Amino acid sequence: MGQRMADAPTEGIEVSLLLKDISLPLADFTLEVNVEIRSPITVIFGPSGSGKTSLLDLVAGLRRVESAFIQLDDEVLTDAGNRIFVPTRRRGIGYVPQDLALFPHLSVRQNLLYGHQPYGNNRFTFDHIVDLLEIRPLVHRGVTQLSGGEKQRVALARALLTSPRLLLLDEPLANLDMQLKAKILPYLARIRDEFHIPMLYVTHDRFETLSLADEMVVLINGRVAQNGLVQEVFSHPTDLDVAGILTVETIQPGRIVKTADDLVTVAVGNALLSAVEPNLPSGTTGVHVCIRADDVILLKGADTPSSPRNQLPATVHSIAREGSMIRIDLDCGFPLIAFLTKQACEELALTEGDRVFALIKAPHIHLIPR
Amino acid sequence: MSAEEWQIVWFTAWVSALSTVVILPFGLAVAWLLARHQWRGKSIVETLISLPLVMPPVATGLILLKIFGRRRTIGGFLHDTLNLDIVFTWRGVLIALGVMSFPLLVRSARVAFEEVSPRMEQIARTLGAGNWRVFFTITVPLAGRGIAAGMILSFARALGEFGATIMVAGNIPGKTSTLSLDIFQSVQLGQDSHAFRMLGMSVALAFAAVWASEWLMRQRKGLK
Repeated sequence: MGQRMADAPTEGIEVSLLLKDISLPLADFTLEVNVEIRSPITVIFGPSGSGKTSLLDLVAGLRRVESAFIQLDDEVLTDAGNRIFVPTRRRGIGYVPQDLALFPHLSVRQNLLYGHQPYGNNRFTFDHIVDLLEIRPLVHRGVTQLSGGEKQRVALARALLTSPRLLLLDEPLANLDMQLKAKILPYLARIRDEFHIPMLYVTHDRFETLSLADEMVVLINGRVAQNGLVQEVFSHPTDLDVAGILTVETIQPGRIVKTADDLVTVAVGNALLSAVEPNLPSGTTGVHVCIRADDVILLKGADTPSSPRNQLPATVHSIAREGSMIRIDLDCGFPLIAFLTKQACEELALTEGDRVFALIKAPHIHLIPR
Repeated sequence: MSAEEWQIVWFTAWVSALSTVVILPFGLAVAWLLARHQWRGKSIVETLISLPLVMPPVATGLILLKIFGRRRTIGGFLHDTLNLDIVFTWRGVLIALGVMSFPLLVRSARVAFEEVSPRMEQIARTLGAGNWRVFFTITVPLAGRGIAAGMILSFARALGEFGATIMVAGNIPGKTSTLSLDIFQSVQLGQDSHAFRMLGMSVALAFAAVWASEWLMRQRKGLK
């Protein structure tokens, strides 16, 4: 994790978003949140219908609630107890909703300029943002003539042109296919690096979370099930609910050392792994290496040839029961997590300190650009 | 067509258009309140507004006559302090047409407002817009088609108004006489050729109004 923070060009961003005593009754449950958000990009992660959008609405001031305390940096935006409620338009918070809400009766240019403050913060100039998001050719078109990816960038630009202090993104890539996603993600990274705007990013997509976020808040049925550093949450879910929606895995920073056809060789810790990842943007070197705990096969002692590309000598570090499965933490040059059934574990007669081989098929190793 | 006949045509078209314009701000305000807010007494207001649609126009006219008569509170006040007479003047025609077409405008505009996604308005707020700016730059343009349709409908209703107008304004040639009143009277008096010319003008006005509305719809559709 230290690796991620040191690599990320996000250190200059300082934010403190306090969401305290939030209690909002929704149809099936009550949204209850009590977190402090301090990292530049925080993902609100959760299955659909878990209250993620409602939470963004509260931060933006689009919903009033009987109990809430919301403070951004040193300004109290909502304090229901003391009847403080800064109106939406004075919050300085940019919001890109899931349906984008581009105004269909206005041109792209008129949409972009709707909330633009030409005399505001001079980092957010029209020309700069239009060029950064590469939407200059679209400026004179009508909003209805844009493709999905173009609409996405226009909506982002429109929010940025208000010189926001915080950007709220509600599943911005949900309606795009994998290829388009991979194209838009770098724009989001650019916004982060260029403008140093903190973002709250709602998604239920692991790929987006790992590519962008520093921290994540896992929201299940309106309750914060876990929050913390992304890799921490993915590798150590606090309970079964969280593990269920995340699927436990090993996430380690890696470096691509060789690419031959579709087979990518990547260095992780002291080990070299082979992965199959045809969709990787060319020139990528830094990656997150993701290995689902279910995909790791353990072999004791035998050195008969087997088909998986990756056969790593490993030491069993710890064995713990997790629901109906047994979680095995291994050391194979980097920390690796494996899930076995109870029976399999008994047959192998595993104990801590055992030497084993960890087998992972190349297609089961996922690489996500950092 | 004589000068008197032209006067009737112009007066009818003009007073119908004016009544539509005059009720527009009130109609939009009421439609927006009905579409976007829940408030005490909302259903009573809804019913009251629709009454002129359902009641005999003559009855509505009688109510207006009682309200605006020179010896009544409101009519008396207008007469004494502002020196404004309503009953049996063109202002009476205006009020009768406005009241009769108000429900049609409100109904169309309300449906149109309800169809505007509140999300659009909310996002406009996050872009720094206040209530008025949101209303005039997002809500009204997005509801534009429905509002325009409501205005055309109001105008058409005003063109044909008879019952309420004759109660409040009578049928004073050159002063309060509209196409409908005039056609009725000339048939009564056996002036058939005059009645037919007025009939022709009614058809022309109606045709122009409907054609204009269709054209407007096509333009808007082209935009979408």
